[in-house]
Amino acid sequence: MPHTHNSQHRGEAHDHGPAAKDHDDRLTYYRAMEIALRELLIGKGIFTADDVRGAVEAMDSRTPENGARLVARAWTDPAFKARLLADGSAAARELGFEVGTLKLMVIENTPKVHNLVVCTLCSCYPRMLIGLPPAWYKSAAYRSRAVREPRAVLREFGTIVPESVEVRVHDSTADLRYMILPVRPAGTAGWNEEQLVPLVTRDSLIGVTAPLNTAS
Amino acid sequence: MMGEAAGARFAAGESVTVRRMRPQGHIRTPRYVMGLTGKICHVVGAFPNPEELAYGRNGSPKKMLYRVQFQQAGLWPDYAGNPADTLEIELYEHWLMPAAVKEES
Repeated sequence: MPHTHNSQHRGEAHDHGPAAKDHDDRLTYYRAMEIALRELLIGKGIFTADDVRGAVEAMDSRTPENGARLVARAWTDPAFKARLLADGSAAARELGFEVGTLKLMVIENTPKVHNLVVCTLCSCYPRMLIGLPPAWYKSAAYRSRAVREPRAVLREFGTIVPESVEVRVHDSTADLRYMILPVRPAGTAGWNEEQLVPLVTRDSLIGVTAPLNTAS
Repeated sequence: MMGEAAGARFAAGESVTVRRMRPQGHIRTPRYVMGLTGKICHVVGAFPNPEELAYGRNGSPKKMLYRVQFQQAGLWPDYAGNPADTLEIELYEHWLMPAAVKEES
């Protein structure tokens, strides 16, 4: 309920809760270096402040839906699926996505193999296609445990992989960026691409969950 | 597919052992695979060496990049899960040697 700070308030229950922590509360070494470099480059006319703003806006506008579109196309077009698995970046460009120098490796889940992506060294992720990674993907806990005890990690995401199915972890340590092509949910046989896109969640592209099913 | 695989020392299916090296500075091989043996599953191609790029150099000569598959049970002696579970990781050629070769220590 909105309230004002006046004397009539005195004595009432009055809880603001803890203030949320600011993300920009400390001028770290690298933050200072980034600001200095940016201001120099703008000062020298290499690019403008609006160029920087536009680049940040473009990166923030990339969403997992781009990846979902690739998956839905692959589910409905076997020839496209073959191209997607052979060269992910070329297939993404085919659908009109600007992926820059991204080298996209698409890994197919099957009834026999469940794949999971992690970057143990940092937080490599196909940002140019599906945007910024979730916070947990960058956490030390996920990065260390996904390679050490992937089945326990999957269980915590609510994903029970039967013992008869192989779990295959992909550690993204170098130049490739990984995206999972999940198994198409049962009961979607007659569905078209547009109907399938919303079933493909961000987490299913990382491999920690299956896509949504027809009941969800 | 991506990159040029000509001149690769190892072929898909070959067993390789990851060198145990502790060079100073930026490396792209995590410690948990060092000294262990896996199998090449994909010759990706040659890329500018990121261990050089990290210092503002031009990354030449390029290094051949592979995806190498390990058995989880071989990585972690107490691995809990299906013994068929695997891990695949990108490793550069200078980190790999034929599995039969014993590394000088």
